Amino acid sequence: MKVEQLKIKEYCSIFNNKVMLNEQLIFENQETDFSSFIKLAYKKLDTNYPKFFKMDDLSKLGFLAADILLKPISSDSERPKNIALAFSNSASSLETDRKHQNSIVDKENYFPSPAIFVYTLPNICLGEISIRHKLYSENSFFIFNHFNAGYLYDYATCLIKTGKADEVLCGWINRDADDYEAFLYLVSTEGSIAHNKEEIIKLYTRK
Amino acid sequence: MNKIYLSYNNIVSSLGFNSPTVVENIRKGVSGITLIEDENLFPTPFYASVINSNLIKEAFESLGSNDDYTRLEQIMIISLDKTLKESGVKLTDRVGLILSTTKGNIDTLDPKHPMPPERAYLGTLGHIVKNYFGFTTEPIVLSNACVSGVLAVSIAKRFIAQGTFDQVFIIASDVVSNFILSGFNSFQAMSSLPCKPYCKQRSGINIGEVAVSVLVSKDHDNLVPEAVEVLGEASCNDANHISGPSRTGEGLYRSIQSAFKEAKVGPQDMDYISAHGTATTFNDEMEAIALNRLGLDTVPLNSLKGYFGHTLGGSGLLETIIGMHSLYHSTLYSSLGFTELGVSQPINVITETTTKNLDYFLKTASGFGGCNTAAVFKKVQS
Repeated sequence: MKVEQLKIKEYCSIFNNKVMLNEQLIFENQETDFSSFIKLAYKKLDTNYPKFFKMDDLSKLGFLAADILLKPISSDSERPKNIALAFSNSASSLETDRKHQNSIVDKENYFPSPAIFVYTLPNICLGEISIRHKLYSENSFFIFNHFNAGYLYDYATCLIKTGKADEVLCGWINRDADDYEAFLYLVSTEGSIAHNKEEIIKLYTRK
Repeated sequence: MNKIYLSYNNIVSSLGFNSPTVVENIRKGVSGITLIEDENLFPTPFYASVINSNLIKEAFESLGSNDDYTRLEQIMIISLDKTLKESGVKLTDRVGLILSTTKGNIDTLDPKHPMPPERAYLGTLGHIVKNYFGFTTEPIVLSNACVSGVLAVSIAKRFIAQGTFDQVFIIASDVVSNFILSGFNSFQAMSSLPCKPYCKQRSGINIGEVAVSVLVSKDHDNLVPEAVEVLGEASCNDANHISGPSRTGEGLYRSIQSAFKEAKVGPQDMDYISAHGTATTFNDEMEAIALNRLGLDTVPLNSLKGYFGHTLGGSGLLETIIGMHSLYHSTLYSSLGFTELGVSQPINVITETTTKNLDYFLKTASGFGGCNTAAVFKKVQS
């Protein structure tokens, strides 16, 4: 496998109440907050996965972005299924961490819940995606202060080059107090966009 | 491809502040788990492995820093300082830094904590460690539940293989916090007694804290006597459940199979398995099933959770470092807390510390989110 042959097959972003697939706007609703927006997007995209509603915001965001890119692949059983997940963000699972913290801060009003606590790890989002698409593959969740195209490029290249994955779903899924941002791209041997650091940055900043 | 090694290493734990002391305590059968009475951590007394705060203060003050650092940052710095100095490695743009942690400075979210809650950002933690030592490359923080410590070794190896770095320092740590204890307790996963991995009487986990560090390098000329080669590694998801392990051990089975394939070894080559063994009913059972599916049921195995509790983001690397010393000392350490097999499939739990020539060992870990990691290591010096 030659590194220079690797491509970005498709990419997707969820940002500013818009869902984009490659260069195409596939859903937009500017009237709502994140929590309503992501549910409306779920319906519009025919996601049909009731467990979605139990997920925390970070998992909902990552799950939906991944579903847009992986649904066509996982419904086609002829296609390779060894798709690794290499996600990153800056806020880890802090938005859910704050919820768990609020449930234990007052000794008189102490109500920690396993349904919340389980989401106090960023890689739970990877687990949700793996369950949905039956991916028995490599999962890694990195935390960087800012989107780091260089590390993601090197990591995805290594995974494919060493045969640990056929394709790698990479990107940035962040949920913080007043903010959310999802950008995922699928690294593959097929596609029309070159897989290099400059292209990744271009696609990330264009979203 | 170049060979990649684990070399200089350090353990800061309730059993000592350097690897040889900690390993000697394990040999003597000493556990770091004690009954803790601290209402700031948990409303009732609980068993955990907690590092003595005075010893941390003393060790940190001897480094001569005047700035304020959290407990986690202090133990990370104490550990990495030793590994870095002993290695003599100069911090150039060819040297990477990986932090393995599940929750970092999560205790700063508590309004009573003297530091601001912004300190809980893991990227900030990465930069604090980077700046303390003067690393020139951007830190990589890995937060992948309880497999983080072993996965960090895989990731360091991959970045070296890819040419991103020549050498990588890993620092892996989590601290015992109210946040973690309340969460695991809400899962009813905590044992009211010292934990008993794989035992019939096991009743859950104890939480522990460590800071451990290692140099991952392709430089064959700068190895310590206990150095090992990373022969193969892999990480596979169960694709089954976010908070419970697969009943068939699917992800762990596939991880080990895949690590063996890369290492070009088989079950018959393994001299020792450093398993995960949290002492929860489901985890230990799942591991026994996966190991049996691979024909690893007769290989001597231990869980080190009986010495340190479950140290979360630190555990995988902690147990890998003990494995390195196990090979070096040709010693299989007893799986503390185990008396009677309590899983449905046969496994060969080490009940007494014994001497045996060891060349290869397998390290495994599993965690929330359905993640599993396996790595195969080979002794460098014969």
